[in-house]
Amino acid sequence: MNQQDLRTIEARCIEEEQPKCQAACPIHVDIRAFMTKMAAGDLAGARKVLDRTMPLPGVLARICDHPCEAACIRGQVGGAIAVGALERTCAMATASGGKPLCMPQKGKRVAALGGDLSALTLAWDLAKKGFAVTLFVARPTAGGILNEISPDVLPPAVLAEALETLGRMGVAFKTGQPLDAAQLEAVRHDFDAVYVECAKEANPLGASRDDADPLTLEFGPPGVFCGGWPADDGSRSIMRLVADGRRAATSIDRLLTGSTLTASREKEGACPTRSFTSLKDVPAVPRLEPTDPVTGFAPDQAKAEAARCLQCDCMECVKVCEYLKHYKGYPKLYARQIYNNLSIVLGNHSMNKMIDSCTLCGLCTEVCPEDFSMAELCLDSRRDMVNRGKMPPAAHEFALEDLAFSNGPDFALLRAEPGQTTCSHLFFPGCQLGGDPNARIPEAYAFLRAKLAGGVGLALGCCGAPALWAGRQTLFEEVVAAFRTQWESLGRPRLVTACASCLAVFRQAAPDIPAVSLWQVLNDETGLPEAAGFTPDGPLAVHDSCTARHDATAQAAVRALLGKRGLAFEELPLSGRYTECCGFGGLVGNAHPELAKAITERRAAASPRDFLATCAMCRDRLAHVGKRAYHLLDLLFPGPGAADPATRPDPGFSLRHETRARLRRHLLATVWNEPTDPKAPAGPDFTVSPEVRAVMEARHILDDDVKRTLAHAESTGRKFRNRENGHFLASFTPHRVTYWVEYVMEGATARVFTAYSHRMTVAGVGK
Amino acid sequence: MNDSLVYLPQSGDWVCASCDGPLSPTDTAVTYLEGGFTITVLACPKCGLSLLPEYVAVGKMLEVEQLLEDK
Ligand code: SF4
Ligand code: SF4
Ligand code: SF4
Ligand SMILES: [Zn+2]
Repeated sequence: MNQQDLRTIEARCIEEEQPKCQAACPIHVDIRAFMTKMAAGDLAGARKVLDRTMPLPGVLARICDHPCEAACIRGQVGGAIAVGALERTCAMATASGGKPLCMPQKGKRVAALGGDLSALTLAWDLAKKGFAVTLFVARPTAGGILNEISPDVLPPAVLAEALETLGRMGVAFKTGQPLDAAQLEAVRHDFDAVYVECAKEANPLGASRDDADPLTLEFGPPGVFCGGWPADDGSRSIMRLVADGRRAATSIDRLLTGSTLTASREKEGACPTRSFTSLKDVPAVPRLEPTDPVTGFAPDQAKAEAARCLQCDCMECVKVCEYLKHYKGYPKLYARQIYNNLSIVLGNHSMNKMIDSCTLCGLCTEVCPEDFSMAELCLDSRRDMVNRGKMPPAAHEFALEDLAFSNGPDFALLRAEPGQTTCSHLFFPGCQLGGDPNARIPEAYAFLRAKLAGGVGLALGCCGAPALWAGRQTLFEEVVAAFRTQWESLGRPRLVTACASCLAVFRQAAPDIPAVSLWQVLNDETGLPEAAGFTPDGPLAVHDSCTARHDATAQAAVRALLGKRGLAFEELPLSGRYTECCGFGGLVGNAHPELAKAITERRAAASPRDFLATCAMCRDRLAHVGKRAYHLLDLLFPGPGAADPATRPDPGFSLRHETRARLRRHLLATVWNEPTDPKAPAGPDFTVSPEVRAVMEARHILDDDVKRTLAHAESTGRKFRNRENGHFLASFTPHRVTYWVEYVMEGATARVFTAYSHRMTVAGVGK
Repeated sequence: MNDSLVYLPQSGDWVCASCDGPLSPTDTAVTYLEGGFTITVLACPKCGLSLLPEYVAVGKMLEVEQLLEDK
């Protein structure tokens, strides 16, 4: 990712765009912050928010003609927030903030011909920046339009105080001045820049708005700027005058500090915004008006009206994603943090774990008004880390070893139907379903063989998804290429997958291999098996796999099958295209187990019903957090007299490996009549208590690891002995991880008391 | 991990099973990724076999592994 990529990615997320109200406000008052304080009854805090952006805040907050209200999206649900009246209420209830902080004098002098609101704004802004400003005023006092406002609305004392504050900021007033061409000529010689206010009576240049550059308000003669005209109909909007004064002040500041007059000024004044805020489920609450517009809102009314503010922002993706929520930001911020993480050479790569914790489910993109893809960002970053050797091995080691196991001699299997060398269909149940001891793979395979013409082969193995998700692109491509060769050797059959992830992976990485979901085949081609055995009572909540979110055909087939089987079901709030990940996707369970658990728990909480999953990983993840869940095969091929399949626990890592090896042996023996010897154990059998078994699971220690450690210790004698109780303690390092086992031998069987592991290499340990 | 600390087993009277001899505190090298340091654990002076107790592997050791992986 280079800077340019970052900008393109960042720009997609509109979370930092101004809300509609703030964008429509010519001086961009932070209306959300103001409303937060007002809703809390913190008037002083609200006043501070106004003081930050408003010139002459005590005056302006009382009289602002609130163009923001026309843009407020609350308008669609009850009425725009009464921003004007609330600002007025705040100004009336709080003391003036006094003289604002002014920068040290810059030694530059600016003159303004005119004393109306635009000139006062200009003087306020430039005085704060350290310029010496002199106002040439025609009348005996400054203020212009402000003097015409009813004293109820703007008491003369408030205006006087504001003018006095300007004086204390160093602004000089020269009243009773002729404002003509001669005066302009004179001040052009004495000052560094001049602002000519084109209000009612004072327009010494006869300049019209069309004569001035609309971006800079620069007028013909060098160093002269104009503004403050009435609108075409003669009216003079308060905020329009303020906007002109502020724009001219910015131009003069830039001119006198020697920077460009024109660059990056798009966001000045009322400006467009791409902000998006969902109004879904927002109840319409009617707008409150102050009983007396002059005195403003009563305190409780003010709180209630401010509380109607929706605090507009987007966060659509964060609302639906536990992962995005976990890191307490939003994609635009994450893109920058990830970019920094990838760019640093030394120091803490504190975002590595974050990059590896996205489930790559793609829900964010579905809900984002701008199609931001956090999944793409994270996957690209993982590949980048892998390519530069910066991926921590531990992040995905276990999943990659799982892949190697599934595609190794203990599980991988490829066969046409018995007696055939090629086939028209190839059943690919997937490695995760193959690891479920209760999966109905043999039944489903027999059914397909009986119903589909042209022969149905079988492929046991892993599609390569773990490599894909881990960012190991080369390994992933190797897995797909190896599968393709085998597929060709069987006569290019159609793939029938029972796993949505496998289907998505094959469709994406090998689009020339025809692939279809088992559910579609059962629904469209074969019909259902005889219903016999367990049937759940009560409607099930259908959980769609996130990897199938764009496979509407498969989703429809699942529902049709449930209907045909006579099973009532309900939709989850987020389903189909908007389904949530079960917490397995993207290998988040490897990189961040606690977060993965939170993701699964969130999904499980979406409905009190039992879930119906169509992916083994989804079912097992849900079972892992104690959620009752069925796999669709449990209900289509219920075993005779089987117990309620929703109660079975997540098999866990070791059992999954065992199950796969067992499944391979079973199918070879029963379908192809090729009995294999039960695989000779790599070490002595052992027994453990359920507590130790749980510890092993939590530490990702497989039975096989324990057996090999025992075999190593018993054959080499390299072990320790505890003279108090006769326990042995031994270590072994099969690949990279070192396993320790404490045990005693009871005949040919070991009793294991504990097992632990570490990744660091320790001298004199393992091997 | 502080190399002045000695990581002894939390319980038991451990000996080397093959030579049946006592163990003694020994400076032992630990390496991982691009980092490395030294700790003191019990080891057999004759066979060089080191004993890394469980509380170290799942405690300090794991912490340091995770720290190094974020570098
Ligand atoms: S949905 Fe998320 S990524 Fe998209 S604009 Fe909103 S906050 Fe940004
Ligand atoms: S609801 Fe609040 S934040 Fe949203 S546009 Fe209206 S005033 Fe602004
Ligand atoms: S977990 Fe899914 S929704 Fe969340 S960021 Fe990753 S891809 Fe997007
Ligand atoms: Zn020894």
